Amino acid sequence: MAEAASLKVSVWRGGADGGFARYEVPARANQTVLDVVTHIQREIDPSLAYRFACRVGMCGSCAMTVNGRARWTCRTHVRKVVDADGALELRPLANLPVIRDLAADLAPFFDKWQRAKGSFQPKDAPDGAVPEEFAVVPPGSKARREADAGIECIGCAVCYASCDVVAWNPDYLGPAAMNRAWTLVNDVRDGARAERLEAVAGDAGCHSCHSTQSCTERCPKNLDPSSAIAGLKRTLFWDTLLGRR
Amino acid sequence: MSDTSQARRARGQTHLWVVQRVTAMLLAVAVTVHLVTIIGAVRGGLSAGEILGRLQGHEGWLIFYVVFALAAGLHGAIGLRAIAAETIGLRGRAADITWLAAGLATAAFGIRAAIGLYA
Repeated sequence: MAEAASLKVSVWRGGADGGFARYEVPARANQTVLDVVTHIQREIDPSLAYRFACRVGMCGSCAMTVNGRARWTCRTHVRKVVDADGALELRPLANLPVIRDLAADLAPFFDKWQRAKGSFQPKDAPDGAVPEEFAVVPPGSKARREADAGIECIGCAVCYASCDVVAWNPDYLGPAAMNRAWTLVNDVRDGARAERLEAVAGDAGCHSCHSTQSCTERCPKNLDPSSAIAGLKRTLFWDTLLGRR
Repeated sequence: MSDTSQARRARGQTHLWVVQRVTAMLLAVAVTVHLVTIIGAVRGGLSAGEILGRLQGHEGWLIFYVVFALAAGLHGAIGLRAIAAETIGLRGRAADITWLAAGLATAAFGIRAAIGLYA
């Protein structure tokens, strides 16, 4: 593909009622979208607000909407997303309040982790004390494998920004919070299974998921929140039908 | 909203979802039987006499159509409830009761017809 000598970058400026500003950024080899944003801030307009930390795909803080799709900008090469004209459109993450420019407010996202009871509640030591013995959790057991499948989430909110159901229902917990809940439902050391299942049930929880799998498709860690939500539905289905809750 | 009323509502919503799933399973069987019956029945012409001959006094068919009508009524209403919530934001207790009533009313019409053909 012939590469343009410069990139025509539209960047969201201002709050929710802001608009696009256009910048011309020199195209370079092996350039990431985060490099482009950094270039704009350092060389063109120092007032540009955006968020990043590690630059290597560990922290998850640089997620933005790149050409209509939520991505980690540090792990997105420009040449993979730009067309032949060199046009790039950057917005803050969708489904979240905009603080300013490319920085979205992730507070609602993390509040929902709390609401989905995303913190470990030790069964053997309810007061938070360290248990006398180590818990034995066979690595090959079904529950352990289910928990392992979702445990690597770093909370970047790419799934949350990609979820249609969040857009339709602002109360909906979203994929990441329920993925976390599912890892804990499968944690045999955890003692809050019943409360957690209660917290993820209903219209604001797993029962509104349409299984369209944008979360799974776009998760930069290749996790599968959609299957985690299906697991919650399955568990709640049988628990409800058999009167176990 | 308090935690307990939130939990109670979530429980009700979960029950609606379970009803939706169970009726879907019933409909998968019932619709298949229904389609096969239609295809069989229309061969050689469809007449009131033939329909009554098949259904009148047959408890098996009566039970089948009562279950079918109930499943279809509830499944349709719960599905429309979800669509209305997501597209026009129609949510809440009053809406839920209305949808449930609409589903049961639809089912009642079907059940009345089934009883009419049986008797």
